[in-house]
Amino acid sequence: MIGKSAIVVLAIALVAASSSLLAQGVTSGLRGPAPLNEEGPAPPMTPMRNTAEREIRNYPEQPPVIPHSIDGYQVDMNGNKCLSCHARARTGESQAPMVSITHFMDRDGQFLASVSPRRYFCTECHVPQNVTTPPVTNDFVDIDTILNRPAPGGHR
Amino acid sequence: MTAPKLDRRQVLKLEAAAMAALAGGMPVAAGAANLVTERAESEMKWDKAPCRFCGTGCSVMVATKDNRVVATHGDIKSEVNRGLNCVKGYFLSKIMYGHDRLTKPLLRKKDGKYDKNGDFTEVSWNEAFDVMTEKFKAALKKRGPSGIGMFGSGQWTIFEGYAASKLFKAGFRSNNIDPNARHCMASTAVGFMRTFGIDEPMGCYDDIEATDAFVLWGSNMAEMHPILWTRVADRRLSAPHVRVAVLSTFEHRSFDLADIGLVFKPQTDLYLLNAIANHIVKTGRVNKDFVDKHTLFKRGQTDIGYGLRPDHPLEKKATGRAKAGDAQDMTYDEYVKFVSDYTLEKAADMAGVPLSRLQALAELYADPKVKVTSFWTMGFNQHTRGVWCNNLVYNIHLLTGKISEPGNSPFSLTGQPSACGTAREVGTFSHRLPADMVVTNKEHRAKAEHIWKLPEGTIPDKPGYHAVLQNRMLKDGLLNAYWIQVNNNLQAAANGNEETYPGYRNPENFIVVSDAYPTVTALAADLILPTAMWVEKEGAYGNAERRTHTWHQLVSAPGEARSDLWQLMEFSKRFKVEEVWPEELIAKMPEYRGKTLFDVLYRNGQVDKFPVTDIEAGYANDESKAFGFYVHKGLFEEYASFGRGHGHDLAPYDTYHEVRGLRWPVVNGQETRWRFREGLDPYVQQGTGVQFYGFPDGKARIFALPYEPPAESPDKDFPFWLSTGRVLEHWHSGTMTRRVPELYRAFPEAVCFMHPDDAADLKLRRGDEVRVESRRGFIRVRLETRGRDKPPRGLVFVPWFDESKLINKVTLDATDPISLQTDYKKCAVRIEKVTTT
Repeated sequence: MIGKSAIVVLAIALVAASSSLLAQGVTSGLRGPAPLNEEGPAPPMTPMRNTAEREIRNYPEQPPVIPHSIDGYQVDMNGNKCLSCHARARTGESQAPMVSITHFMDRDGQFLASVSPRRYFCTECHVPQNVTTPPVTNDFVDIDTILNRPAPGGHR
Repeated sequence: MTAPKLDRRQVLKLEAAAMAALAGGMPVAAGAANLVTERAESEMKWDKAPCRFCGTGCSVMVATKDNRVVATHGDIKSEVNRGLNCVKGYFLSKIMYGHDRLTKPLLRKKDGKYDKNGDFTEVSWNEAFDVMTEKFKAALKKRGPSGIGMFGSGQWTIFEGYAASKLFKAGFRSNNIDPNARHCMASTAVGFMRTFGIDEPMGCYDDIEATDAFVLWGSNMAEMHPILWTRVADRRLSAPHVRVAVLSTFEHRSFDLADIGLVFKPQTDLYLLNAIANHIVKTGRVNKDFVDKHTLFKRGQTDIGYGLRPDHPLEKKATGRAKAGDAQDMTYDEYVKFVSDYTLEKAADMAGVPLSRLQALAELYADPKVKVTSFWTMGFNQHTRGVWCNNLVYNIHLLTGKISEPGNSPFSLTGQPSACGTAREVGTFSHRLPADMVVTNKEHRAKAEHIWKLPEGTIPDKPGYHAVLQNRMLKDGLLNAYWIQVNNNLQAAANGNEETYPGYRNPENFIVVSDAYPTVTALAADLILPTAMWVEKEGAYGNAERRTHTWHQLVSAPGEARSDLWQLMEFSKRFKVEEVWPEELIAKMPEYRGKTLFDVLYRNGQVDKFPVTDIEAGYANDESKAFGFYVHKGLFEEYASFGRGHGHDLAPYDTYHEVRGLRWPVVNGQETRWRFREGLDPYVQQGTGVQFYGFPDGKARIFALPYEPPAESPDKDFPFWLSTGRVLEHWHSGTMTRRVPELYRAFPEAVCFMHPDDAADLKLRRGDEVRVESRRGFIRVRLETRGRDKPPRGLVFVPWFDESKLINKVTLDATDPISLQTDYKKCAVRIEKVTTT
């Protein structure tokens, strides 16, 4: 049972909520609902995506994101854990993708016997992904979508 | 992720059916049905551009199709990055396409009129500029030139910074213009001027491949300068004799490559630097010949305060505050006596580092056979004694003569893509003019006035409000019309609760923010101007190694978004000379009477000298189209005339569109990789060997500067040090990178990194929500006790990229009194579990 006063409060709250939406006119999804001079709660930490399924790249040159968790992976002067699956010789047993052939090239484009030290720290380019929805979407359109779009006045 | 999954067999079957259908008579372009092979279709236009992010200055190749960026990759022809990008650089393709791009001017209105407490309402550019003009004119009338101001950026293109500086310093006759580079590398710039009399590194990135040892002082290159880190890693791992030393107040990713890792107590870097110098002296490894010929000794002013408001108790008791930058001559022997107090043993004890590691570090510098490159960034620069830190590291390189030659290089890294090119070289600081000149020097002002064809006395002779002072003046109601471009200072400036926010929302003030996205700064403004970004305009940046590089406009900006350059120049049309200059100034050049600032500053026969037909065929150029001349070339050539023949030579503008940047001074078409050494730098006189020609006597200064304590240290009530900083995946305030879903998901929200034992003592666990609270404000954030950053006990680290957790409400606005740069690395906080949820 809802009392009359509760309904009034609710109505005021609704009006306040809708007028504050209007009042902003423009908002930032990245800031969230907390006014600039206040601080809102911090949502719980999110888990890392942890699968072997690859994500489609936005363009061929994009370094693929890491689809699995790398918590606790050692990549330092003593060793590179990523290579224990992604090194050429290990991909047979791991079935992981081999590091790209570009990674064998030195600064001058010469192929080396092994992965170039300039590519040693994998996470400079490849990053794992939290399971979370970004508050702001992105309208990037990939080249295949553009090519498949009917040209103005054309047919495809 | 919820799409139905097909196995390989099903996919092939479907595709075969599709091909069959196509073969059955449907019109098909030439080539295979499931691959676009027609050249006209599959070809993309590739152009070079510098990366939009850090000061490394990587070149990227940008693919465009149908007026959109469709791909980016590292430029193999660029010396800086040779085909590589970091994860942010690889995602540049997506930074312009965040769904909430601003495409119309937005003005706070109530009942159809501007109102400080009104709602953001779409308006035309005309209306936006009408209101803005009215507010700027009102502030000028009320307070004169000190009533208006601008906060710009090390992300401004060279043209934008130059046009803005000219508009304010010459047009409005207000030096209240400063770039956000004040937060970033002011200490480095002042350090250079103080030691060498000329700004910017003598070496270049080629030092990386030539050196035997790297020393990182307060720099986490692995995350903040990733591509330079790939070069350091390449050098260290390819040549086993090379050593890497990493110094920081907490352990971070750069320690993964460290032979010598040193986690020291905040502020004790001052002690360590002097102890290393003393070690060099004590072990007889001073390069006497070099020191005698090329250096002088200076005793710096001490007890200089902390750049807080003048009524702060710390400022009241600082005896050397008024003459913070002063120094007196001293002898070598007096210097030796000064550093003799700083022993390695005492330093190790005070800094809390193992003596053996400190000795190993000191030996890298002292051993004449080891070439050393020192890198530093915000750990040195964001420091209440930041200029001192810079001076002290030069001391070490100068005492040993390890400078200005391949591999021997004290090298400050910059955080923004054009901190050097725009903020420093163009001189957009409140005290500077182009080519290292300053407003306080009459000859310098006269030279600028001459080049700008302005009457003598146009440029004011006093420095304007610097970044931190601007916020204080806004709050105090003394700065009333304020324009912010290419930065997010509500998120970036320290002590946001007590200074920035009340300053922006002060009813006496009108705040304009030009941005591509609705940042928190934009949301706190009164007028938002939608802005073109990156390759939506022609641009030029200058990176950390003196490399100037340019790009063409490659796509159009969305909606009504316009570049900062267009905004500045268009706004200048709304002011007549009589409205901003006193009669006696106009009387010196009466031909300017009745003209607008646009006419006087940009239609001056120089900036408008080049026709639009000079623009390279095949490229749009929206500003030039709007104004009827090649704006960028005109601004660049006028600007370049300041430095040519004076050690800051730039190549002809068109050259930069052909090359992957050139390192100045560019003399006879040749760039300069190492300055001050004969044979490598054309400005060094024959027979001198080395000449630090920034000072007329050709000598660098070695400074005696002591340890002094920080402005705020942990105590009973606020027992933890707070350090702030960045993470690899996000750049600065995250405006661009948090709108790229892959980068957002890589590091969605800021966390508070803490030592697990400290957490255990506070009965906290990883993932708990905590309040990080100082005397000034608090944020709520989740606790992280694992991961990439490993603070020692007693220190927490919180990155500042996350606008939903404004950590700069917590930080202290103490600055280096000489550089006026904020210390973002040291203040006192307490950590408490949030129990109400």
